[in-house]
Amino acid sequence: MNGVHDMGGMDGFGKVEVEANEPTFHHTWEGRVMAMVRAMGANASLNIDMQRFSRESIPPAVYLAASYYKKWFLGLKSTLIDRNLVGADEFAAGRSLRQSAPLPRGTFEMKDVVRVSTRGSFQRDVATPPAFKPGDRVRTRNINPPTHTRLPRYVRGHAGTIERINGSHVFPDSAAHGHGENPQWLYTVVFSAAELWGAGADPTVKVSVDAFEPYLEPA
Amino acid sequence: MAEHDHDHDHDHGSELSEMQLRVRALETILTEKGYVDPAALDAIVETYETKIGPRNGARIVAKAWTDPAFKQALLADASKAIGTLGRVGDHLIAVENTPQRHNIVVCTLCSCYPWEMLGLPPVWYKAAPYRSRTVKDPRGVLADFGVSLPKETEIRVWDSTAETRFLVLPMRPPGTEGWSEEQLAAIVTRDSMIGTGLPQARP
Repeated sequence: MNGVHDMGGMDGFGKVEVEANEPTFHHTWEGRVMAMVRAMGANASLNIDMQRFSRESIPPAVYLAASYYKKWFLGLKSTLIDRNLVGADEFAAGRSLRQSAPLPRGTFEMKDVVRVSTRGSFQRDVATPPAFKPGDRVRTRNINPPTHTRLPRYVRGHAGTIERINGSHVFPDSAAHGHGENPQWLYTVVFSAAELWGAGADPTVKVSVDAFEPYLEPA
Repeated sequence: MAEHDHDHDHDHGSELSEMQLRVRALETILTEKGYVDPAALDAIVETYETKIGPRNGARIVAKAWTDPAFKQALLADASKAIGTLGRVGDHLIAVENTPQRHNIVVCTLCSCYPWEMLGLPPVWYKAAPYRSRTVKDPRGVLADFGVSLPKETEIRVWDSTAETRFLVLPMRPPGTEGWSEEQLAAIVTRDSMIGTGLPQARP
């Protein structure tokens, strides 16, 4: 979706502000949100792209004003309601009002902690060979789905070069919406700054994205 | 954790912040429904507060600086090379800084970051200024960090748009000849592994 989360190349947000000796969490509740997102993601089968889409769907003004973990909380809340895991009435009441079916993987317990502390593999085999090879010139497609995608706006319609093949991975555009893993070849595609930002861009700068094969066509 | 809890929106004392109340209520609901064991949530929080942080990545960088065969393996397949030393997620790619090229990592769409190597990302990495500007004006962003590179140095920005994750292998600074891996690891900063800093012989 062409949401406010897709920030690459936007102006006006100001300088990067670095906090010295930043703590892991600024408030106790931030750690609880992080842990609940990890736990529910793992045991309620909410994949990472479902979770990303829930945060991208936060209204833009709220998204920009909310702290990072508040966005995670809002995304988790909407996901739990959408999937009938927690009722809106239960959020309002602050307690469980009815029994719920067990999660697909049961209660998230101590034995599950190690599993969520290491990323799983997104590699899935596909039957077809990759359409592109390193060195090939490609152009990103001008796609504008209202649904989840990982092709940022600032590279759409631009010509770049395939630098490496990263295997075939779960396709976020499908997985985010419960349409299966639909694995696709994944490439690192490199663009010159001039291609992305026009004449006068810094000639020493190159930018890459990792792009799935459906995002690309031969240049 | 408690010492980090004195914030600016009434998170302390008996006056609980709105977010603290909302999050506590959600945890109550998830617990009452049998979805989560709160002790397991404690363990996740503790993992990221005490066990996983930039020292994990620093150890890898220091080893790469002192062990050419490991460095070669790391650049060929970082997940595989690091997997021989401990747990690491898949799809990790190490990118090497050289006198000709400097690498910098960003996630313009969200906050993708090599958690197992660097821990949870700092606020600035997840915030709009860094996410918006790095792909368009990386030298300006580096200036915000006090980093200035020769104008002929190639700058390569890696936007983490998929489940690949990037770890910058910074250049070993001069003045560290003969240092042990442990001494070297101590000067490898988080920012140097993102590409927004450079390791210094005297940190």
